[in-house]
Amino acid sequence: MEAFLTALTIFVLAVFVGFEIITKVPPTLHTPLMSGSNAISGITLIGAVISTGAQESTVSTILGVAAVILATITSWVGLW
Amino acid sequence: MTLPEIREIVVNIAYLVAAVLFIFGLKGLSHPRTAVRANLMGAAGMFIAVVVTLLDQHIIGYLWIAVGIVIGSAIGAWLATSTPMTNMPQMVALLNGFGGGASIFVAGAALIEALTIVTDGTPDVVYDTNLQFTIATALSGLIGGVTLTGSLVAYGKLEGFVKDLRMGAQQAIMAILFLATIGLSVWLVIDPNQIAYWAIVGIACVLGVLLVIAIGGADMPVVIALLNSYSGLAAAATGFVITNNVLIITGSLVGASGIILSTIMCKAMNRSLTNVLFGVWVATDSGPSADEVYGGKVKSASAEELAMLLDGVGRVVVVPGFGMAVAQAQHAVRDLANLLESRGTEVEFAIHPVAGRMPGHMNVLLAEADIPYEKLKEMDEINPTFDQVDVVIVIGANDVVNPEARTNPQSPIAGMPILDVDKARSVIVVKRSLSPGFAGIPNPLFAAENTQMFFADAKKGIVELASAIKEG
Repeated sequence: MEAFLTALTIFVLAVFVGFEIITKVPPTLHTPLMSGSNAISGITLIGAVISTGAQESTVSTILGVAAVILATITSWVGLW
Repeated sequence: MTLPEIREIVVNIAYLVAAVLFIFGLKGLSHPRTAVRANLMGAAGMFIAVVVTLLDQHIIGYLWIAVGIVIGSAIGAWLATSTPMTNMPQMVALLNGFGGGASIFVAGAALIEALTIVTDGTPDVVYDTNLQFTIATALSGLIGGVTLTGSLVAYGKLEGFVKDLRMGAQQAIMAILFLATIGLSVWLVIDPNQIAYWAIVGIACVLGVLLVIAIGGADMPVVIALLNSYSGLAAAATGFVITNNVLIITGSLVGASGIILSTIMCKAMNRSLTNVLFGVWVATDSGPSADEVYGGKVKSASAEELAMLLDGVGRVVVVPGFGMAVAQAQHAVRDLANLLESRGTEVEFAIHPVAGRMPGHMNVLLAEADIPYEKLKEMDEINPTFDQVDVVIVIGANDVVNPEARTNPQSPIAGMPILDVDKARSVIVVKRSLSPGFAGIPNPLFAAENTQMFFADAKKGIVELASAIKEG
């Protein structure tokens, strides 16, 4: 429960940080903003890396590899 | 401190550094000058996060990670280099979907791992099937599924191979499916099992299709921004699944960013988000018909006549719309602008927030044609100055310059903020025909006293106009 509350706190505060910085982005940069935020949402990659590397079962490894591929593509294209 | 403890501290501090880099990266996007550096910061954050993750104690083999990263990098590099900037809306749509897909797979793999450990009772607990884990897993499956298929449909629409489709009972079906996912989520929480999870994913995928398939072209900027937000929220939910702070922080930043963008787009259309998503756009009969509006009043001009009109004027404003994007006319437009400026005319560009198919679509196209961003004016900035403009050139835009929004409270676009181009001294509209825009209503601007229609494809028309000016 304590871990959850910490995680929830981080989530809520991060949403506020997000609102603060994004409101200042001018319309000219909305497309780069979308592509950039798209790329960093590829951060799921680290979850994918853990799942793949843990090699708990064949299925979970396959799912992990699929996630690694998708998340890597996302990060590459947006941050190119 | 034992070695694993030290390792965990190093990993978590590196994650914090990555999260800070992401925040600075997004902050850097508040000015064009710092935007390139902002991207580099994002890339650095991603690199650090991935490298330290390789130190994670649960990882026992690197082969498959390497395989995935190599394949993903190859496809990613190919997509990034082969996609012209003009195809950015499609690319962003597709990548939103990939983000959602990754979240589905990570949460699915985590669920398998959690269940495996429960049955064989080994002490090496990667994940525990507690309440946070199960609820977050259900959410990852739900949001991830909607994001995945919704984005694919959006991609298909932007590429032009998926058509709008409206079914009568669409909203009722969606409500039932949504309730079904809630029921399955409760099952997943009470009795963690894979069937429930994959059923949630499956239904969410259907929901994603239904949500986006009915939404028409001009509303695409809102949908793309919203899916962007969802891809972030899916990542945040996955962060709760594997209790990983950097995922939670990054996901919520992206989630917030997408929500803000969709709100901005909705405001620009004077509609609510619910109205965009669930409102059915009904063509009203109350307004005047096309014949009543246009009958005998539309003046069509040749390139030579327009060249004369543009000769020696002081201030010209260009209003680009989706038609410019379709015709890929941005380079021709730049050449025309340069030509006019070389003859002493001041040229500016007026950008409506929802012109095009994604937030900032026109800005990207004009930037690609090397038009300095100082020349791009936002609606609120340029609107009060239209009465001091000599000539407005509208290129492939329609609803965003329709004065009905201001004058006719019965109009379907009543109250939508528009560019007040009708207040300029003369208006040139480059358009292929008098066909209506997305709102499906005639535009009195085309029949106005001070408007000249130039019936042509945006690119051809602009090139013709430029050569007529040179010859004249």
